[in-house]
Amino acid sequence: MKVQLLQLAHARSGDKGDTANVGIIAYKEEYYPFLEKILTPQRVKKHFTDICKGEVERFELPNLWALNFLLHQSLGGGGTQTLRHDAQGKTFSTAFLRMEVEVPDHLAEKWALKVHSTSGKRKKI
Amino acid sequence: MKKSIRIAAGQGFWGDRFDAPIDQIRRGPVDYLVMDYLAEVTMSIMQKQKMRDPKLGYARDIISLMKEILPDLVKNNVKVITNAGGVNPLACRNALFEIAQRLGIKGLKIGIVYGDDIIPQIAHFIASGITLNHMESGEPLQKVRERLYSANIYFGARPVVEALQKEAQIIITGRVTDTGLTLAPMIYEFGWSEQDYNQLAAGIVAGHIIECGAQVSGGNFLAGWKEVPDMAHIGFPIIEAYPSGEFVVTKHDQTGGMVDLRTVKEQLLYELGNPKEYITPDVVADFTSIQLRLEGKDRVRVSGVHGRKPTPFFKVSISYADGWISLGKLTYAWPDALEKAKKADEIIRQRIKDLKLKFDEIHTEFLGINACHGPLSHPVSEPNEVVLQIGVRGSNLIHIEQFSREMIPLVLCGPPTVTGFGSGRSRPKEVVAFWPALIPKEAVKAVVDVQ
Repeated sequence: MKVQLLQLAHARSGDKGDTANVGIIAYKEEYYPFLEKILTPQRVKKHFTDICKGEVERFELPNLWALNFLLHQSLGGGGTQTLRHDAQGKTFSTAFLRMEVEVPDHLAEKWALKVHSTSGKRKKI
Repeated sequence: MKKSIRIAAGQGFWGDRFDAPIDQIRRGPVDYLVMDYLAEVTMSIMQKQKMRDPKLGYARDIISLMKEILPDLVKNNVKVITNAGGVNPLACRNALFEIAQRLGIKGLKIGIVYGDDIIPQIAHFIASGITLNHMESGEPLQKVRERLYSANIYFGARPVVEALQKEAQIIITGRVTDTGLTLAPMIYEFGWSEQDYNQLAAGIVAGHIIECGAQVSGGNFLAGWKEVPDMAHIGFPIIEAYPSGEFVVTKHDQTGGMVDLRTVKEQLLYELGNPKEYITPDVVADFTSIQLRLEGKDRVRVSGVHGRKPTPFFKVSISYADGWISLGKLTYAWPDALEKAKKADEIIRQRIKDLKLKFDEIHTEFLGINACHGPLSHPVSEPNEVVLQIGVRGSNLIHIEQFSREMIPLVLCGPPTVTGFGSGRSRPKEVVAFWPALIPKEAVKAVVDVQ
């Protein structure tokens, strides 16, 4: 079943120069192994196409049910030189949680997840 | 030795809620108040102030705060540790002594920590082979030498501990790590040695948890912001620290906000790089060792933190001038709000081209459509209004100013139903870029003076 990540995790994003960090935190301990499996750096890089110009690094914090992603070169230079409205990537958290993921039916049922709507689709403006 | 100490965060950044530190002092018992006044860019601003007037170069807000709370601090024996000293801790201390005198407070001991400002020594360092190469690109500092604004060492907790040992009640530092401000009282009260890496790491984790103020006690809380009570009077966080290195994250009773596992986790992940290597001058902390437990209402216990030996370097934050930016905004209303905004963008870009204005970057965003999430934004049909934001960046200030003059004429010359220009022409802002470098610890020394 296609589910938006927003149902499975909360997040907070911040900046370190031109790199945005996004911490993804599973709502429940049992979601963590699933997220750890599907949220590969490649998957995340693809999700942030045209936003993240550098590489994506991933770090695991199983003690907090969390994954920390570093999205290099995503803040238009960062600091005081960026022209972005969201200069420090503070809204990258929910940009990440828009991601649609495929959850096996038996888990979707066990976790009582809802089918997700269109808000995750990429659109050319 | 005290059984535990309470360290209150008074401020997450310069410009945070002004009454937070006052509430921290008055709404319950605390032993220490720590406050961070220095964003990366603040030092360059303070250097400019000091160049104009040698009595300036520190965060002047601390003076008005102290006028308000100094009697409370003295009455309740609360110690204050803050980096409000900027590039002139001495002038800051002088101003504070004046306040104390006016309030009739006697016997106050104020410590200053300086030696972090290495602008006068850059030539000497480079000559002796410390080239302060950029941490990522490896280029030598020589490249931007002519346009430096500031250069400050990030000292850790040690000099602050020394000031506490010299019985300072208020400690004003220059550049010190935010986490060091929180760690220092723990080292002082519990007698931790330089090799007690696990305890030091716990102190650093505590510092990371409270260094952004209310962002751990219900502020900017994605998982449950609707549950957060009374954000208008949000309680700033307090660390209840124990000699073992364990600590509890909490806040004063009957303040707004909340502390639970989710709020603490969000703050732990904030501005985090490699969690196994959280590098500070005092210790390298391992965030993957942190264990959290909800102990009660608004009480989260943190334990199990591991740390290891720090590196032989201090980080140096160097800032330099790197051009200008200007951002202009105009609001377009329904119908066809986005189309009008796009047309306006096209007109401005045509004008830039025809006026031969040279920029390193021109960047357009449509607020209300895709400014936050860019290509990930979902489509919005028939928006009620769209804000056009155009930004330019470049080294030619005259061109930047000319761009700034081009936005508002569109109100009369461009697409219809436009507004939102009331705050006037946008002003060029200087770009202060950063040059992160490392310096061997033995090459520099913090100076601690308590009077």
